[in-house]
Amino acid sequence: MADIVLDKVSKSFPDGTVAVQDVDLEIADGEFVILVGPSGCGKSTTLNMIAGLEDISSGELRIAGQRVNDKAPRDRDIAMVFQSYALYPNMTVRENMAFPLRLAKLDKETIDRKVDEAAKVLELTSLLDRKPANLSGGQRQRVAMGRAIVRQPKAFLMDEPLSNLDAKLRVQMRTVVSRLQKQLGTTTVYVTHDQTEAMTLGDRVVIMRGGAVQQVGPPQELYDHPRNLFVAGFIGSPSMNFLHAAVQDGELRTALGTVPLGDRVRRELESADAPRELILGIRPEHFEDAELVDDDTRRRGMEFEAPVDIVESMGSDKYVYFTVEGEKASAAELEELAADAGAADFAGAGGNLVTRLSAESPVAEGQTRRVWFNLEKIHLFDPANGRNLTLHEGRAAGALAD
Amino acid sequence: MAVETTTRAKLRWGLLDVLVVVFALVPVLWIASLSFKTPATLTDGNFIPREWTLDNYRTIFHTDQFVRALVNSIGVALIATLIAVVLGAMAAYAISRLDFPGKKLLVGVSLLIAMFPQVSLVSPLFEIERQLKIFDTWLGLILPYITFALPLAIYTLSAFFKQIPWDLEKAAKMDGATQGQAFRRVIAPLAAPGLFTTAILVFIFCWNDFLFAISLTSTERSRTVPAALSFFTGASQFEDPTGAICAAAVVITVPIILFVLFFQRRIVSGLTSGAVKG
Repeated sequence: MADIVLDKVSKSFPDGTVAVQDVDLEIADGEFVILVGPSGCGKSTTLNMIAGLEDISSGELRIAGQRVNDKAPRDRDIAMVFQSYALYPNMTVRENMAFPLRLAKLDKETIDRKVDEAAKVLELTSLLDRKPANLSGGQRQRVAMGRAIVRQPKAFLMDEPLSNLDAKLRVQMRTVVSRLQKQLGTTTVYVTHDQTEAMTLGDRVVIMRGGAVQQVGPPQELYDHPRNLFVAGFIGSPSMNFLHAAVQDGELRTALGTVPLGDRVRRELESADAPRELILGIRPEHFEDAELVDDDTRRRGMEFEAPVDIVESMGSDKYVYFTVEGEKASAAELEELAADAGAADFAGAGGNLVTRLSAESPVAEGQTRRVWFNLEKIHLFDPANGRNLTLHEGRAAGALAD
Repeated sequence: MAVETTTRAKLRWGLLDVLVVVFALVPVLWIASLSFKTPATLTDGNFIPREWTLDNYRTIFHTDQFVRALVNSIGVALIATLIAVVLGAMAAYAISRLDFPGKKLLVGVSLLIAMFPQVSLVSPLFEIERQLKIFDTWLGLILPYITFALPLAIYTLSAFFKQIPWDLEKAAKMDGATQGQAFRRVIAPLAAPGLFTTAILVFIFCWNDFLFAISLTSTERSRTVPAALSFFTGASQFEDPTGAICAAAVVITVPIILFVLFFQRRIVSGLTSGAVKG
């Protein structure tokens, strides 16, 4: 067990492309850290650099306080679980799991004991004599995990280990991974492109984009206080709604009406280089059917009317899609997020507003409905650089803060 | 209607198959048939011999030149195959996995060698080998065979290596294997079908070669069967050696067939299934 420190770690390729840029990250002993981001953001490259499968172009990597930049993977004492499982097809499950121990030249008794122990933890005991070809996806995944835990390494690296499983199994395995990590208390770095996994699994989440770290923090913090447009759009499902907003006379003109601004935000917008056009972000759950809002709550937000496009009843609540007129929010980050999610899935940037209303709301498709939203939960972003303008000392304070 | 079409289709395919098989096998069977004929009936034009005889086989195994040539052939082909496959495997592995300076050049040159007209090399090789005193030795044949078999081996093997998921190697490295251990214990066992396929191809190439065998040898010391056959005269010089030549041709086909049958069992497809989610 050990801590892992990345000190200005960069990776550039001979052709000049920079895959990872100055990543600073301190992973404490026993911590479960998730690297998340869209494909091509450098998360896998970062993991491979920690593993030693790729050279570090500049910066320093320390495991347990020791510089390991030039050490071969085998000398770093870390285990890795691959997206493809990478089981040795010519070996049985037992041989697969024993492989790292045999390379470490342990005696046969110890190997058998350790393999049996690991197999028990992962419920693989009855499968030990099978070949990988005769296992289901979930079983193969568990064998891959078994091969990693069997030699009690300093750290686990996991490269999208669940992305090849079907949805139901993925949820199951998520809890298995989580429990296993708690049980063993081994430092774990986990790469995924799935924000749900990132939110549910990790102690801390690292969001990456274009080779650079965007924000590091516990999942809830990233959700509540996104530092920029990219983090705000990436975390959360359905994703945050983004609307175009123009600054005028100390107020914001948006498709949802004129949004009043608190002193602090106004002061910020009065500076000379402040943008005149902003992007307004609201999460779906910060809307509510205006009928269901009590007076006390009503004061903290404002209301608008819009035609209902689609209602999706989830049982516990309703996802209601509204059509809103007006200019679309546009920023490089939003285009990137849309491209990553597949444009259809990413409603945030379109003319559609996704809201999550109480199940009691009598809303129906085709209606025009009055909707309330919480001004304290609003985020304002600078479209030029994506910065969250409502953030004060790392906390998002909404539009009205003084 | 559907049944009728399938029957008709089956019939058409069956006919085509038969045609191809007949086209391929008739010369071989003819040679086999000739080898069992007596000198008197050799030219009677019958496909199936009227009078069966094993005299031809007895004759060739009684002449030293044939037995000696057979030993030469087997020795030269096996040694050349072994070396070419081992070297080819290492080169192919490097080509398919590593990025090293001069990789493109290496691939290009090996392609060039494969396309080089061998005939044009015969005279220079003859001179070189005489100077080096390896003319008319096993080594003198093995060396050019390896040269011309290597491109074949490299190309076939790198195709096989490329099919093996790279993740397996990374996994082996993470599990504590050195590059060498990863190759020996993980990659090579999975590339076995490729190794056998390549071995067969290279062996057949060496076994069948006539050009180098006839021009780089001068005595029975190292003459291989294809070359020796052309010097065949039969038991006495007045005898027509056709029957004996045919018998010899049949005999040298047998090792190839055995070789292929033996290794064919090992060329099981889908050996890598289950390694990675595909």
